[in-house]
Amino acid sequence: MRFADLLHLASESLVRARLRSVMMLVAMAIGVAAVVVLTSLGEGARRYVTGEFQALGADLLIVFPGRSETTGAQPGMFAGETPRDLTLDDARSLLRIPGVQRIAPLVIGSVPVSAGELSREVPVIGTTSEFLVVRSLKMAQGSFLPAGDLDRDMAVCVLGSKVSSELFPRGQSLGATVRIGERRFRVIGVLGDAGRSIGFDLQEIVVIPVSSAMQLFNIGSLFRIMITARERDAMPRIQQAVRAQLAERHQGEEDVTVVTQDAVLATFNRIFTALTLTLAGIASISLGVAGILIMNVMLVAVSQRTSEVGLMKALGARGRQITALFLAEAVLLSLVGACCGLAVGYAADWVIGRVYPALPLAPPVWAVVLAVLIAVASGVIFGLLPARRAARLDPVVALAGRR
Amino acid sequence: MIELRDSSRHFQVGEQLVKALDSVSLSIGDGEYVSIMGPSGSGKSTLLNVIGLLDRPSGGQYLLDGRETTSLDDDELAHVRAHKIGFIFQSFHLVPRLTAFENVELPMVLASLLPAERRRRAEAMLASLNLMDRAHHRPDQLSGGQRQRVAIARAMVMEPTVLLADEPTGNLDHVSGAEVLAALESLNARGITLLVVTHDDEVAARARRHVRMRDGRIVTDERSGPPG
Repeated sequence: MRFADLLHLASESLVRARLRSVMMLVAMAIGVAAVVVLTSLGEGARRYVTGEFQALGADLLIVFPGRSETTGAQPGMFAGETPRDLTLDDARSLLRIPGVQRIAPLVIGSVPVSAGELSREVPVIGTTSEFLVVRSLKMAQGSFLPAGDLDRDMAVCVLGSKVSSELFPRGQSLGATVRIGERRFRVIGVLGDAGRSIGFDLQEIVVIPVSSAMQLFNIGSLFRIMITARERDAMPRIQQAVRAQLAERHQGEEDVTVVTQDAVLATFNRIFTALTLTLAGIASISLGVAGILIMNVMLVAVSQRTSEVGLMKALGARGRQITALFLAEAVLLSLVGACCGLAVGYAADWVIGRVYPALPLAPPVWAVVLAVLIAVASGVIFGLLPARRAARLDPVVALAGRR
Repeated sequence: MIELRDSSRHFQVGEQLVKALDSVSLSIGDGEYVSIMGPSGSGKSTLLNVIGLLDRPSGGQYLLDGRETTSLDDDELAHVRAHKIGFIFQSFHLVPRLTAFENVELPMVLASLLPAERRRRAEAMLASLNLMDRAHHRPDQLSGGQRQRVAIARAMVMEPTVLLADEPTGNLDHVSGAEVLAALESLNARGITLLVVTHDDEVAARARRHVRMRDGRIVTDERSGPPG
């Protein structure tokens, strides 16, 4: 039998048995679409997080107090036990390491910020002028913190755009005075919406000079120090040097953790890849279920067409040809079902993408290939048993329509 | 040339051994027109199935055109069926979702003939049975007589030497039955060996050789002159 004829005969019987075919298509399509959508979500989450991190710059080193073997997650989580303060002098000393381009020390606290009658509680970040560049922030109005010595305590602040518009509903925030905690600060700038920072909504922060913040919060230790390198290749060397330098300053004790952006990123990558794999596994179960449904329906088809099988044999069909005919139906169904599933999956991705534009939704290639392969394979595997049952029918018995 | 030598076909039904064919010997020459009659369960359908290689005899020999068939495997049997034997059934056995043309094409599809050749042969066959205007109708759009003529076209399209008809007029009215018989007989007139299993004396009487069966055995085997 020629291949084209095989396909023609198989598709003819599928078209004729419309309801049964549509049911199997739907089952298979749901399975494939589930794989596509779920892996897209996992992959999208991974890309989203990766994108956020990469926007911070891959040449970023983060120092935080406390020793931890774990890398990744929010570095601040491990800052609970601090054996020794990470001071402004520590930060300043890092600038002497060759290859270091910028450092931005960081302290964070949450205090009420008020202007006139209006007040709200927002994260207050104490840092230096370098923070603007390190975090790729843009100014909407005015200027960022002025460059200068770390110890200089200045009563100036920069507002996030949302803080600015809420505290100054009439718009004129530049040059005005706000109360942060017990002190008064002059507003010298408003942040733009561009730039990223994991864990913070940049529209809802207030930035003040680092030494002012340490006084305001009454703390002696920095929360983190961010370091950018002049070139990426120097990163491992700088990481070593930072560690050594701080150990020397802390009486030989290695009580800080230095992580690269890459290390954090790699951890997130692993977590999200595992998540995506898990989702793919769960979705594959529905593919397996669809396969069993195909077997079930094909068995019914074989028993409905018993006399036809007998006729085929009387016309000189070999057992293998009968097997091929039924198998072709099952495989064709699962293949078309898989294609429908892909279409549905991509359509769902598109819809979700419209609702959550921030999530870059696209299924990983391996998941798409795997879904189609599993779909076709289950067509073959679960189609084989009914097909062979048909091929083994005794022609005389089959022609009589009995089984 | 069909030659059965002491052929038997036994079925085990529960405790009982049913001898559907009991040591039957029968020789049918090329171009003969044979009717096979007998009560239900006399083994006439089994005889036809054994001759058509759909059923394997439990014992004895069966030579088709001088070739021993009992030692052939399933694929070889399928090949012989495809090229030497045509079947006609009481219930037509057309594939309901295929058109008349496609039904006639089916044996050629199974034998891997090319589409152009299939078209040529199927059209010739349908034309000779006055079915050209029905070629693209499906079986449910055809009358009984038309369906059986499509079945004849399908049986003949591979140009077999033997045509086996099991109650070919059993589901047809008198006029359609006569048409079908006329079609079969015209094929026989061109040299096809024709075997007709029937309950109908009138149908049987048209054959030139009459075999009667009972309990798996041939009880009479008579020849008559040409009909007329």
